[in-house]
Amino acid sequence: MAVRTGSDRNSTADSTAGSAARSTVGAISDVLRPILRRTWRRLISMRTALVLLFLLALASVPGSLLPQRPLNPSKVDAYLKTHGAWGTFLDRIGAFDVFGSVWFAAIYLLLFASLIGCLIPRISVYARALRTKPLKAPRHLSRLAENASFDVAIDAERVAELASCELKPRWRTAIRTEKDGPRGQAVTVSAEKGYSREAGNLLFHISLLFALILIAAGRLLSYQGSVVVTEGPGFCNVLPSYDSFHAGRGVNQGNLAQFCIDSLNSFAASYRADGTPSQFKADVTYSEGLNGPGRHDVITVNHPLRLKGDRVYLINHGFSPTVTIKRPGQAAFTDTQAFLPRDTFYTSEGVFKEQGSGQGNDLGLQGLFAPTPVDQGGGVITSASPQVNNPVLALLAFTGDTGLGQGLPQSVYSLDTSKMKQVAAKNLSVGQTMTLPDGTTVTFSGYKQWASLQVSHDPTQYFLLAAAICMVLGLLGSLVVRRRRLWLRISTGPSDSDSSDGKSTASPDSVRDGGSRTLIEVGGLARNDSGNFAGEFAAMLDRLRRSCAADEAALARPALGSPTPLDDADTVGAGYIERD
Amino acid sequence: MAINTGLAQLSEGLWTAATGTYMLAVVGYTGEYAFGRRGKVNSIAEKHAVADDVVRERSLVGAGATGSSAATPAADKPAADKAAADKPGWNVGAGVVQTRTARSEWWGRAAIALTILGGAFHLASVAIRGIAVDRVPWGNMYEFTLVVGLIATLAWLATLVRLPQLRYLGLFVMLPVLVVMFLAGTLYTKASKLVPALQSYWLAIHVSSVATATGILMTSSALTILFLVRSRYERLGAASGRRLSELGSRLPAAATLDKAAYRAAAFAFPIYTAGVIFGAIWAEAAWGRYWGWDPKETWAFIAWVLYAMYLHARATAGWKGNRAAFINLLGFGAMIFNFFVVNLVISGLHSYAGLN
Ligand code: HEM
Repeated sequence: MAVRTGSDRNSTADSTAGSAARSTVGAISDVLRPILRRTWRRLISMRTALVLLFLLALASVPGSLLPQRPLNPSKVDAYLKTHGAWGTFLDRIGAFDVFGSVWFAAIYLLLFASLIGCLIPRISVYARALRTKPLKAPRHLSRLAENASFDVAIDAERVAELASCELKPRWRTAIRTEKDGPRGQAVTVSAEKGYSREAGNLLFHISLLFALILIAAGRLLSYQGSVVVTEGPGFCNVLPSYDSFHAGRGVNQGNLAQFCIDSLNSFAASYRADGTPSQFKADVTYSEGLNGPGRHDVITVNHPLRLKGDRVYLINHGFSPTVTIKRPGQAAFTDTQAFLPRDTFYTSEGVFKEQGSGQGNDLGLQGLFAPTPVDQGGGVITSASPQVNNPVLALLAFTGDTGLGQGLPQSVYSLDTSKMKQVAAKNLSVGQTMTLPDGTTVTFSGYKQWASLQVSHDPTQYFLLAAAICMVLGLLGSLVVRRRRLWLRISTGPSDSDSSDGKSTASPDSVRDGGSRTLIEVGGLARNDSGNFAGEFAAMLDRLRRSCAADEAALARPALGSPTPLDDADTVGAGYIERD
Repeated sequence: MAINTGLAQLSEGLWTAATGTYMLAVVGYTGEYAFGRRGKVNSIAEKHAVADDVVRERSLVGAGATGSSAATPAADKPAADKAAADKPGWNVGAGVVQTRTARSEWWGRAAIALTILGGAFHLASVAIRGIAVDRVPWGNMYEFTLVVGLIATLAWLATLVRLPQLRYLGLFVMLPVLVVMFLAGTLYTKASKLVPALQSYWLAIHVSSVATATGILMTSSALTILFLVRSRYERLGAASGRRLSELGSRLPAAATLDKAAYRAAAFAFPIYTAGVIFGAIWAEAAWGRYWGWDPKETWAFIAWVLYAMYLHARATAGWKGNRAAFINLLGFGAMIFNFFVVNLVISGLHSYAGLN
């Protein structure tokens, strides 16, 4: 039997079939609803949150132990080559892009749902708590962790007033009268403080929620491009400029922010006496908007150029040797190419490719540049320092077909020598020349430096910073604020109240003349275990007793007009009953 | 400004002095601990308390949660309460039961004096290193380790000001600090200037907050280990094994240790959170993105999530106690992994190790 959907429930064609269908739908929803409700309840329970947090931590571990494609694709390829089927399996389950994998997203989203589900009821509970008065005093104050009692000779209402005055700025108080409590008729004061603890906790979790949303939005709306620029003309912020470019799905790649790094005026690396680098500086001229004025800036490590919405970073640097090539019967020309550093001493590799006049007449130069060369024997050089000191350019010259003629894109850092023939090799100092068999001369005429600049754009990051600050503030609030409850039960009657059967007939007014005393019982509860509640309670009690004693003294000497200063409250005050 | 090698050597000498003094302090704490044992102390198996010439220190609050409170005969109570009332604020470290003899008192005082002296050497060593290299003294693993140890010592001394009755646990707090001092020795890096990547005021802010949090979290995990020993003892009594029950019988109540470990972690967590956020701000300025799942960042995240889990677990029925304690230790395990394994074995962008 087919299950009908809600829309055809009211079909009148066959009333019995209709009601059967209705009852089926009803039955199914009766079955489903509690299951859904239970699932939801379970999802938003603290226990689930704990499990999900643990899974989140666990799932991150492979992300740090296995090579990750977004960070280092070549390491991933190397891993795949050496690990065969195991590697393929790992690749299939997304272990080389853990933080972009489906299962990581699943944990993240479940936690997100759990967080929302957990927060909504807590917010409404909190809102209600703010509007309700502090709880009524429990019957047995003496059973609370902190309790004490004392008596005074002023009436109950006055004590309640004094107490709430004493508590006022930081505690929320409520004064109630009790008809038949444990002491019969009594006035009670309920006080509570530390509401901002829960507020802090909620602020933390809500900010966390926003942070998660902003991180996700950032992935959609951000882009990052990097480009190697040799000293000289720069580039503009358009897609074709970049050597590599990554963008989220929400980025309109044809319409990036308008700015240009007009030129890299100079790049400078400085070193200390012991050879360690002390500073890298890229001196640039840039302009914003269409034909904006050229401005000048120095980009260093840790100090990007911050433009409206985009930032330009100095990521890496290296050398760009220049060669002057003169082919027989042609004018001489120069070529400068960025070389990639191979080690920390900037032994750098790169190529020069020159298309010849006819097929198979191309010239290719494979080069190795050493800023401070040392000969390892047999003319093999390497660099001993990143600082420049009589640099050497070692060149292997090839002739043949570079493949440039086919118009296919090629790497500017490598030379395909499969259709070429090595014709010469030489190590050149600046100014030296090598001559090829066909009469072509290649002169190492100097070098420039290059800087690798990265342009980053993420419109969400400042909002995320705000969310992060709120998270910390919320945490501080929730971990520093202390929740406390305090109750006073103020009753009149014989101070020996243990015999009390719960009914006291003394009216508050009879306290003074009848010589009967007002009994004040105080109980306190710490609702979270931070801080020294016993100490706080003792101090609170002390203040209360002093203010009662002062009031009592003022009443006892009406003729003197004004109360005497209190040098020792205890002698004036009432007897103190040991706490139990 | 060049590196002042004379001052750098002075700083290294002070490291030696601090380490030696801490060793003596640990000897002192051990003495206090050893001589502190007189009679049958607070053993569940015995179910009765000692009433002899030793000074008995006991507090009220929270003790009800542990089996040990049952061990106190009613006659003993008022006196103990009186003692507690005489010293306001004294009964904070609820449930602490330890007998003290004059001899153990002497050793304990000597240990504290040595800890203070060692701490002074330690502080001077760190400060002078900073002057010698003319930058913040936490620019590589050696310096960072030294700072973490200093924070742990200072945190311990600060705890003692408020909770002097915990003094006899000094052995368990200062022993890890001593280990940290030796570790710093193995990670030793010559006084040097910073590479450009580390030349940022965020180094001062980010690394100091992470070092502070680490020092406090280390204390929290030491207390957590003691908690696990003690809670096993409270569950099993003498059956928890001879050595462990011997140790367990002289520890404060499990509830006290749990609370102290929690307070330390809860205090450190916002500092650590802020430290990670400072790191993200620095990463934005240095690498163009606030977060890139670099191994260092990944493990910082793992440790953070584990500590968040710990704070949750302590508020969740069924997860309190031992389970929460294991999560705390797991969290500190992640911190240690991040410091040693990630810095030394897994390479990333963080040019911090200062070794190689
Ligand atoms: C997304 C991951 C989460 C993180 C990183 C996180 C983090 C934290 C932290 C650090 C605390 C302790 C600070 C404080 O007391 O305010 C805390 C407390 C708390 N969290 Fe979460 N939380 C997360 C998700 C959740 C979820 C899903 C729930 C609901 C089931 C939840 C409910 C609570 C509650 C009730 C407390 C108060 C515990 C107490 O009274 O000590 N949290 N959370």
